[in-house]
Amino acid sequence: MHVPDGFLDAPTSLATGVVAAAAVAVSLRAARRELDDRTAPMAGLVATFVFAAQMINFPVGAGTSGHLMGGALAAVLVGPWTAVLCLSVVLVVQALLMADGGITAIGTNISLIGIVTVAVGWGVFVLLRKVLPARLSIVAPAAAAGALLSVPVAALVFTGLFAIGGNAPVDLTALTATMLGWHTVIGIGEAAVTGLVVASVVAARPDLVHGARPLLAERVLETRAAVAS
Amino acid sequence: MSRRRFFVVALLVSLLVAGVASYYASSHPDGLEYVAEQTGFIDSAEDSATSDSPLADYQTTGIDDARLSGGVAGVVGVLVMLLLSTGLFWLIRRRDSGDVTHEATHDSRA
Repeated sequence: MHVPDGFLDAPTSLATGVVAAAAVAVSLRAARRELDDRTAPMAGLVATFVFAAQMINFPVGAGTSGHLMGGALAAVLVGPWTAVLCLSVVLVVQALLMADGGITAIGTNISLIGIVTVAVGWGVFVLLRKVLPARLSIVAPAAAAGALLSVPVAALVFTGLFAIGGNAPVDLTALTATMLGWHTVIGIGEAAVTGLVVASVVAARPDLVHGARPLLAERVLETRAAVAS
Repeated sequence: MSRRRFFVVALLVSLLVAGVASYYASSHPDGLEYVAEQTGFIDSAEDSATSDSPLADYQTTGIDDARLSGGVAGVVGVLVMLLLSTGLFWLIRRRDSGDVTHEATHDSRA
């Protein structure tokens, strides 16, 4: 759902620009906790993979399509603060190099795809991790659930922004219904891709999955206790 | 799987997705464009200031073959992403030990 130039008026674009800049600034500080010599290259690869995956539009019927947004995926793999930065780099490269998403809409796109999907995806994931049994096998389904919800929520936030600063008069009830409807279907694709990718990484290197670390921690603590004694 | 091997596989997958698989992606408008057409605000979209970039719309200027043109744009995009994002994350990473004890470290700080 890359927003092009012209959909939203200047004040709204400016406001989302301020929100995006603040979120990136906070994330630059907070991501330090998530990034070290091992996880920094992983974060670079996750951002790169999200860029590549966003090129794959999958059909969702009736002449429309959707592609991965990747907020939930990145948050579970490398942590939420780093994920905001991953998506921001993707969106800036897309806007500047590929003319995908408007230049004046960069703030809007970072807010929708970089902040909302990360926040919803990670929030749902953490909630599920708390209530589900503490096993590695719950990581991929919990990530998929976060992904599923993140897309329609981002669509709703866009609708809200359009209600405030849309440059064309439209029936907001119809806009809300169609945005929500199509993006619920796209969310199923988002969930499938997110679940598959997270499951693959958990199978290969669970220690590289940020969201899986608390579930691995028990084993690590046991090892360290043995070394200490 | 060693970490190096894992990273190489992840990069190869990204290159294949962007460079080869992208040709087979659906060319239908995405959800937002489709809704904009249906509800009648698609005409408020303006061309991006970068719409004459050599890689605009994931096609490479000067390469006529659609498969190759999209493939080159995808591969260049992946390499730019890898350099920029890995560079950024390497710059802002913590400089202390890089092992799993960091979870315990920031738990004790909390």
